[in-house]
Amino acid sequence: MPLQLKINGTMHSVDVPPDMPLLWVLRDVLDLKGAKYGCGIGQCGACTVLVDGRAERSCLMPVSALEGASITTIEGLSAGETHPVQEAWVESDVAQCGYCQAGQIMAATALLQEKPHPTDADIDEAMSGNLCRCGTYHRIREAIHKAAAMGSTAHAG
Amino acid sequence: MRLNRREFLKATTLAGGGFALGLYRAPWAMAQGAPPPDLKPTAFISIAQNGIATIKARGPEIGQGVRTMLPMLIAEELDVEWKDVHVVQAELDEAAYGPQFAGGSMSTPISWNPMRQVGAAARQMLMEAAAKKWSVPAGECSTEAGRVLHKKSGRSAGYGELAEAAAAGPVPPLKSVKLKNAKNYRIIGKSQTGVDMRAISTGKPIFGIDIQLPGMLHAVIAKCPVYGGKVKSANTEEVGKLPGVHKVVIIPGTLSNDVVVPNEPGMEPGVAVLASTWWHAESARQQLKVEWDEGSGAAQSSDGFAENAEKLLAAEPQNTIRTYGDADGALKSSAKVIEAKYAYPFIAHATLEPMGTTAAYKDGKLEIWTQSQTPGGGRGLVAQALGIDPGQITVNMIRAGGGFGRRLMNDYMVEAAWLSREAGTPVKLTWSREDDMGHDAYRAGGFHKLKAGLDSNGKLVAWRQHFVTYGEGKKSAAGAGIDALEYPSGRVPNYTLCSSAMPLKLRTGWLRAPGANALCWVGQSFLDELAHEAGRDPLEFQLEVLAREAVPLPGHVARMGEDGADPELNAERLKGVFTLVAEKSGWAKRKQEKGRGMGIAAYFCHLGYFAEVADVSVDANNKVTVHRIWAAGDVGRQIINPGAAENITKGGILEGLSEMGQEITLSAGAVNQSNYDTFQFLRMREAPPVEVHWKITDFPPTGLGEPMLPPALPAVTNAIFAATGKRIRTLPLQKSGFSWA
Repeated sequence: MPLQLKINGTMHSVDVPPDMPLLWVLRDVLDLKGAKYGCGIGQCGACTVLVDGRAERSCLMPVSALEGASITTIEGLSAGETHPVQEAWVESDVAQCGYCQAGQIMAATALLQEKPHPTDADIDEAMSGNLCRCGTYHRIREAIHKAAAMGSTAHAG
Repeated sequence: MRLNRREFLKATTLAGGGFALGLYRAPWAMAQGAPPPDLKPTAFISIAQNGIATIKARGPEIGQGVRTMLPMLIAEELDVEWKDVHVVQAELDEAAYGPQFAGGSMSTPISWNPMRQVGAAARQMLMEAAAKKWSVPAGECSTEAGRVLHKKSGRSAGYGELAEAAAAGPVPPLKSVKLKNAKNYRIIGKSQTGVDMRAISTGKPIFGIDIQLPGMLHAVIAKCPVYGGKVKSANTEEVGKLPGVHKVVIIPGTLSNDVVVPNEPGMEPGVAVLASTWWHAESARQQLKVEWDEGSGAAQSSDGFAENAEKLLAAEPQNTIRTYGDADGALKSSAKVIEAKYAYPFIAHATLEPMGTTAAYKDGKLEIWTQSQTPGGGRGLVAQALGIDPGQITVNMIRAGGGFGRRLMNDYMVEAAWLSREAGTPVKLTWSREDDMGHDAYRAGGFHKLKAGLDSNGKLVAWRQHFVTYGEGKKSAAGAGIDALEYPSGRVPNYTLCSSAMPLKLRTGWLRAPGANALCWVGQSFLDELAHEAGRDPLEFQLEVLAREAVPLPGHVARMGEDGADPELNAERLKGVFTLVAEKSGWAKRKQEKGRGMGIAAYFCHLGYFAEVADVSVDANNKVTVHRIWAAGDVGRQIINPGAAENITKGGILEGLSEMGQEITLSAGAVNQSNYDTFQFLRMREAPPVEVHWKITDFPPTGLGEPMLPPALPAVTNAIFAATGKRIRTLPLQKSGFSWA
C-alpha cells in the first residue's frame, strides 16, 4: 500500500518498500536531489533533512516511520529560496565543492530554530556530525553567526 | 625528468589518457595531448542583445573554484560587469578550448594568459565592429563596463548591439592583444562569490550524482575485497529476480598484468546490479553471493609491508636517485650524527561524492556525464574499452563533489559506459562509500631512513636518505616516487638519496599534493630534528640550509616557463614565506612552556610556496589540540579571487591535519577501513582557526589547489615536539601514541 509522506508542505503518495530510506525516496522516486548520499551510515550528514523541525539523517530513516511527520528538505526550506541561512551561505561564499552544504544548511537551520543566537560551542556541538571534506568549517561558522544576526531581523522561513 | 615542452607532450600523449603528474615542475607542459590550439574568443564568449555575456568555463569544477575563476579572467579583459556575466560549462572539446583538466594546481598557470587574451581579443573585435559602424579609427575607441565608447564624438554602443558584427569580424592573434594594467582590474583581485553558490544553497541538482535521464537504470558494482580478484561464480539469477532489479551482469574485467599496477589498470572484475533506484540496486547487491578468486593480492598485509620495509632499509639501497659530495665520508667526520626512521601509511581520497558517472549508449554512440578531473583521458579509455571511435563519444563535465586527485583516474567512467552498452539503457553508476574506500587509487605509504651530520658549529654537512617505496626496480607505483630535487637536495654539501622498492598489488594514485603530502612531512620533520640537535632555532637553521647555493643537478637545465613562471625552487621566495609566517605568528617571541609549543615548516610544490606555523598543546594523555595555524603563501603577483583563495587555503591546511590521523591498512589483501567512521576527517569542533597571509611577488600567478597542504603536517608534528619533546616519526598520530583532543 502506498505510503503518505508530507514533504515541504505537500502530501506525496509513494509506493515503495517500507524499509526504503527516506534519502533514496527523495532522490530516486520524488526527484528531490538536494539531500546527498555520502556514507549511508549516518556519519557524514550530507543527507540531513528536517523531520518535524529536527535535523535527521535521511539515509538511515525508513520511510514507513515517517508517515504523519512533516519533512523539510533543502528544496522546501523557503518559498523564495531566501531563508536567512541560505542567504548567509551565499553571502559568506561558503562552498568549495558544495556537496555537503545542503546537509550543513539543514543542520544549521535546526540549530538556529533551537538556539537563535548560538555560541561557537553550540555550533561545534550541533555541526560536528556534518563532515565537510573540503574543510569549509570556518565559513560555515561565519555563515551561522550571520544567519543568526539576520534571523533576529527577519522571520525564519 | 626534465623534458622540454614538445618532448613532454609526446611522452604524455597516451591513448589511455596517461597523465604524467609526477612532472609537476614542468607546468607549461602539463597540457594533455596536442599543443594548445589557437583559441577563438567566439568559442568562449557569446553576447546577447541585452548585453549579457555568456562565458564558458573550460575546466572541470571539483570544488577548486575554476568555474568562477576562469570566466573572471575572460570577463576582466572583455571589460564587462561581472553581474552581466552568465557562466556555462564548456563541453569537452580540447581542440576548441585547450586543456580541459583539473590537476596539478595547473588551471591558473595554464589559463592566466590565454583566458585573459581571449577576453581582450573579444573586446578588440567589439571595438573594431563599433569603429566600422561609426567609420572612425578603432584606435580611438575605448570600452567601459560592456560598452564601446568613442569619446571624441560622444558615441557609445552596448556590446549587445555590436556582438553580431564583432563575431563576423577577423580574430586578432591572441598574443597580439593588449592586456589591462593590473591596477585597472575591476573583477580580478576582488572576491567573487562562486557562480554555483546559490544553486548549492538551494539544493539544485548540479552534481554528477544528480543526473537523471529517461529510462535510466541505477548501478552498483560488487568487487572482490582483494584488489584484482576475479568472479568465479555468483548467484546472478537469484539476485536478478529481486524487487526493482533489471539486470545483474558479471564484469570479467580487463586488468593489466603489469607488475607495477598502473593508475589506470583497466576494468576491475565484479558483479554489477542495475535497478530502478540506487537503493534497490544496493539492497540487491547485499544479497549477492560471489565466490571470488582472490589471486595473489590476498597474501598482502600492512604488517607484511612494514616487515619487508624494515629488511629493505637494513640492506643496501637498490637505486641511487642522486648523490654528490661524499655523504658517507662527511658523516664519519661529523661532530654529531643524527639518525631517524619515518613511516606513513596508505590513505584514501574519500571525496564526499563517491565515484560515479552516467552514460547513455545508443547505436554506437555514447553520451557521458562525468565528474572526472581528466575527461579527455577518460574519453580515450572509454573508446579503447568499448572499441569505438572517440569522435562518437560526447562528454559533459558535471560538477564533482570533490576531486582531490581521485578523479584524475577514470575507472568509473569506463564502467558506466560499459554497463550502459550491456544494459541497452542509460546507466548511472554510483559507487557506495564502501566501494569508494575499498577500491581507491590510494596515496602510497612509504618508509624512510635518514642520517645527517652536523659540524661543530651545528651546520648541516651531510644528508643520507633511503626511501623504501612500492614498485619494482626503478619503477615506482603511481604517486610513490621521489624526485632528485626533493628538498633539501642540493642544499646540503654532501648528499645521497637512494630508494628501494617492494612489490604491491594494489592501485595507487595521486592524492592532493601527491608525493609532497608525505615527503614534505619527512624532510621538514627531520630538518626540525637537526635544528634541535644542533641547539638552534628551527627557523634560523632552515634559513641557513636554504641560503646555501644549490648544487646543480647534472644534465638538468633550470629554465623558466614560457610565461616567466618559476618552475624550480626559488630560495628567495621560500625564505619570503618563512619570514612572513614567522612575523605573523610571533615566532621569535614564542613562549616555551611545557605542554604547549609552536612548530614551523615550509615547502615548494605545484609552483607555490607556503610556510606554516602551528600552535599546539598536548595534554598528559597525549591528546593534541591545535590552537591556531598561520600560513604564508606566495603564488605570484595576483590573487585572482581572494575570498575563494582564502577558503581553499584553509581547507587544504585542514586536509593536511586530517591526513595526520588517517590510515588505510590491509589484512589478507583486503582494505580494513570502509567508511568515515574508520577513516576520519576533521570535524567542526577540531578545526583550528587558520590565518592566511599572502606574500605578493612579481611572478605569474600560480595555482592554489595543493601547495598549502604539505607544510601543515610537519608544522603540527614539530609543534608537538616543541610541546612535549616527543618526535612523531610514524603516522598516523595514533601509531605514535597521540590523538586529537
